Amino acid sequence: MTRYPRWKFFLLLAVLLGCGLYALPNIFPDVPAVQISANAAGEEVPASVRRQVAETLDQAGMEHGPGETVNTSWLVRLDSTNDQLRARQLISDRLGDDYVVALNLAPTTPQWLRAVGASPMNLGLDLRGGVHFLLQVDMETVIGQRMEAWSGQAKMALRDEGIRYRDVAIDGRKLVATFDDQVAADAARAPLRKALPEFTLNQAEETPRLTLTLNASTLEELQDYAVEQNRTALNNRVNELGVAEAVVQRQGADRIVVQLPGVQDASQARRILGRTATLEFRLVADQYSAQRAATGIAPPGTEIFPFRDQNNRPVILEKSKIATGDQVTNAQMGFDQQSGTPQVNVELDSTGARSMQRVTSKNVGNPMAVLFIETKTDMKTVEDENGERRQVPESTTDRYVINVATIQDTLGSRFRITGLDSPAEASELALLLRAGSLAAPVTIVEERTIGPSLGRENIEAGLKSMVLGMALVLVFMLLWYKVFGIFANIALLGNLVIIVGVMSLIPGATLTLPGIAGIVLTVGMAVDANVLIYERIREELRNGRRPREAIDEGYNRAFTTILDANITTMIVAVILFSAGTGSVQGFAVTLFIGILSSMFTAIIGTRALVEMTYGRGARAPSKLSI
Amino acid sequence: MSGSKKMINFMGARKVLGIMSICLVIGSIILLATRGLNLGLDFTGGTNVVVESSTDIDIAKARQTLEQAGFEDAVVQQYGSSRDLSIRVPPQEGIEADQVGQRVFQTLEGKVGELQLKQVEFVGPQVGDELRDQSGLALLMALGLMLVYVWFRFTNKFGIATVAALLHDVIIVLGLFSLLRWPFDLTVLAAVLALIGYSLNDSIVVADRIRENFRNTRETDPHVIVNGAINETLTRTINTSFTTMLVLVALFFFGGEVMRAFSEALLVGIFVGTYSSIYVVANLLFTLGVSKEDFLIPEKEEIDEMP
Repeated sequence: MTRYPRWKFFLLLAVLLGCGLYALPNIFPDVPAVQISANAAGEEVPASVRRQVAETLDQAGMEHGPGETVNTSWLVRLDSTNDQLRARQLISDRLGDDYVVALNLAPTTPQWLRAVGASPMNLGLDLRGGVHFLLQVDMETVIGQRMEAWSGQAKMALRDEGIRYRDVAIDGRKLVATFDDQVAADAARAPLRKALPEFTLNQAEETPRLTLTLNASTLEELQDYAVEQNRTALNNRVNELGVAEAVVQRQGADRIVVQLPGVQDASQARRILGRTATLEFRLVADQYSAQRAATGIAPPGTEIFPFRDQNNRPVILEKSKIATGDQVTNAQMGFDQQSGTPQVNVELDSTGARSMQRVTSKNVGNPMAVLFIETKTDMKTVEDENGERRQVPESTTDRYVINVATIQDTLGSRFRITGLDSPAEASELALLLRAGSLAAPVTIVEERTIGPSLGRENIEAGLKSMVLGMALVLVFMLLWYKVFGIFANIALLGNLVIIVGVMSLIPGATLTLPGIAGIVLTVGMAVDANVLIYERIREELRNGRRPREAIDEGYNRAFTTILDANITTMIVAVILFSAGTGSVQGFAVTLFIGILSSMFTAIIGTRALVEMTYGRGARAPSKLSI
Repeated sequence: MSGSKKMINFMGARKVLGIMSICLVIGSIILLATRGLNLGLDFTGGTNVVVESSTDIDIAKARQTLEQAGFEDAVVQQYGSSRDLSIRVPPQEGIEADQVGQRVFQTLEGKVGELQLKQVEFVGPQVGDELRDQSGLALLMALGLMLVYVWFRFTNKFGIATVAALLHDVIIVLGLFSLLRWPFDLTVLAAVLALIGYSLNDSIVVADRIRENFRNTRETDPHVIVNGAINETLTRTINTSFTTMLVLVALFFFGGEVMRAFSEALLVGIFVGTYSSIYVVANLLFTLGVSKEDFLIPEKEEIDEMP
């Protein structure tokens, strides 16, 4: 008669204790908290500010925790969600623009659990409420802009070499250079190849025309760069919004996922995310009269823009820029000391500052304009040649002068922008300048907002169906298989502990509502292994085997069938994970983990229990309660 | 085989049930081809808004209000209770796509009661198309991989029978979704994929036992062998399906609106799957003319035939 190997007992115990330990943090509820972080990225919240926070809360008579450092932010626990909203307002008023105050939930995991790295499961947006955005990066614009620049480079290279050309035209991903004759075309090959290593050069037959095709690798680099740049810029903006535990992730070749847990006002988030705004500082070409501007035809070397605050009066500006928005290192909203009107205090980097200094020193007494450039992308419906309606992104760029001021003195790295409508506009402009501009326009192609009440309802619904479903299965197994049913039930509970423990352990795993459904479903399916084994044991008993043998046979012969059964579902879970998005992936994850752990508990777990009950003692059992 | 248990003659009704299965599958295919599925927001694109009120909401009034505001093609439905309303709007022209949700909410607010915005989902038409393609691909891939698995696992007639049972289940579930206009979204797709795994597993257990009994018995009548195998696995088949259905019923009643379609798909699927693992597999085995010879270790005839 086989004795059950001892190492399996230990393995079982170790797995259960380990998972139990890591599942434990989920029992402790989260408490409302406010999170304070410095506006400048990576900076810690100084002790003086922490004291101010505590003072503010004390004055308002709110109970609060001592506070703790989370990454670089300062987290203070509060008593209720009502306090939370009020506390945010009060602290935000007190600290002003330099700090971002966000609502958050603080886990109440005890210290000893945190010491071993245990933390509760991540909850998906459908369970905690929040906004999910999927943004599409408009690659065509990026590529178009780069192609313009490359065509300029090509022309410059040809001019430098003294080669006469008719035209360098852009044709999609190609540049087409046309020459007067074959000789010029041949001469142009070497300099073009040198100037544009990103392109592959070929010559059309019998024509003085060279075609330069953009290399696939360069195109890919360009896309990667644009998406990565956008991701960084979006990340900065999200941080500026003060959302705790936000996610900004790249998805596929040209998309970015932004998840903002707890955010209720999707419209503000949308405005901040989707906009690309930048500034240009230019000299006003005031040698031309207002009549000249009114004709709408710009004199050479200049451009005409509307002046927003003065009924869109046209203003003629020099084409060359003194400095641009991407040279801004810091921007803060403020108020003019005398007039009290809103303004943005800007700091430039060294390149921008040098240029600003050079130009302004030569132009004291002349006017300088701040040009505001905003790109918005809308979806436009067009009808294609097959008569099918499709939506295509269409970018519109607004350019207008927001401020014209006489240069009083040589400007350096610090100056201010006035002429803004409202404090809100000033703070938004400051935010956009600070957070950096997007490399390419983005469109929102998917948006999901889940209110906090729905999140709570979903959690309740998930838990309720899980508890009920589980209870039904437990009762059924007990009634049908008696003592062996108890074994299966213990295994089922162990299975649940393992799933929760593993879900809490994997850092990327997120529990969603379909994820809960996955757990519920595995609960129902997990007992299949035990049903198979037990039915086999019953059958062997009927066929006249002795109990010990029947148990051995039952476990051994059912094993391949169980494996078979579970492999099919695991394959499906993997497919689902690769094809699905967000919440459905959550289902695939719990299904996969659930199946693995159910095999473990249903085979090794119940066997251990069976052996403990029937395997002890010198005499073999004469009867099984099954 | 046990003598103590009562045998049910499953194969007695096999012809009638076989015809029923064929009719159901053909009917489902016709439905899918003509009516198609009532695709959810995930696949069509558009905007879905869920609002909550402290009092009952008058749906007719909500519809009328939306119509007047230019949302003529809005689909307005109760969402779980009479105080929750779900409004689905196809992709709109003229309004910035991602702001439709806000517009719908503003249109209704105050008109049909004090409303609270519970959920807004906007899926761009492009994303919808992609999700649809991706999901179709996932479905085909799952079926394809199951085919490969079965091909390794079984040979000839058994492979065909189990795969047919699998297709039978999936097609009938999809057909029912088409017939009743139940919304088909990503979570339902997840349910259908889970069903594929479940259904195959169910059939494999039965097929395995049939194969085992063909090898281990002196009985020569396939009728008796197959019937015996089905009877032996019957308790297991029913018990497993029963426990799974228990949790699905819990999910159906308490899982909320999101899980309703999911649990519906699986409840139907597992019911059909249980039937098909008993009947479709065995039925097809007969139709394909399974006999004891199929399980004899083949002799290497080719060598003898060589000149």
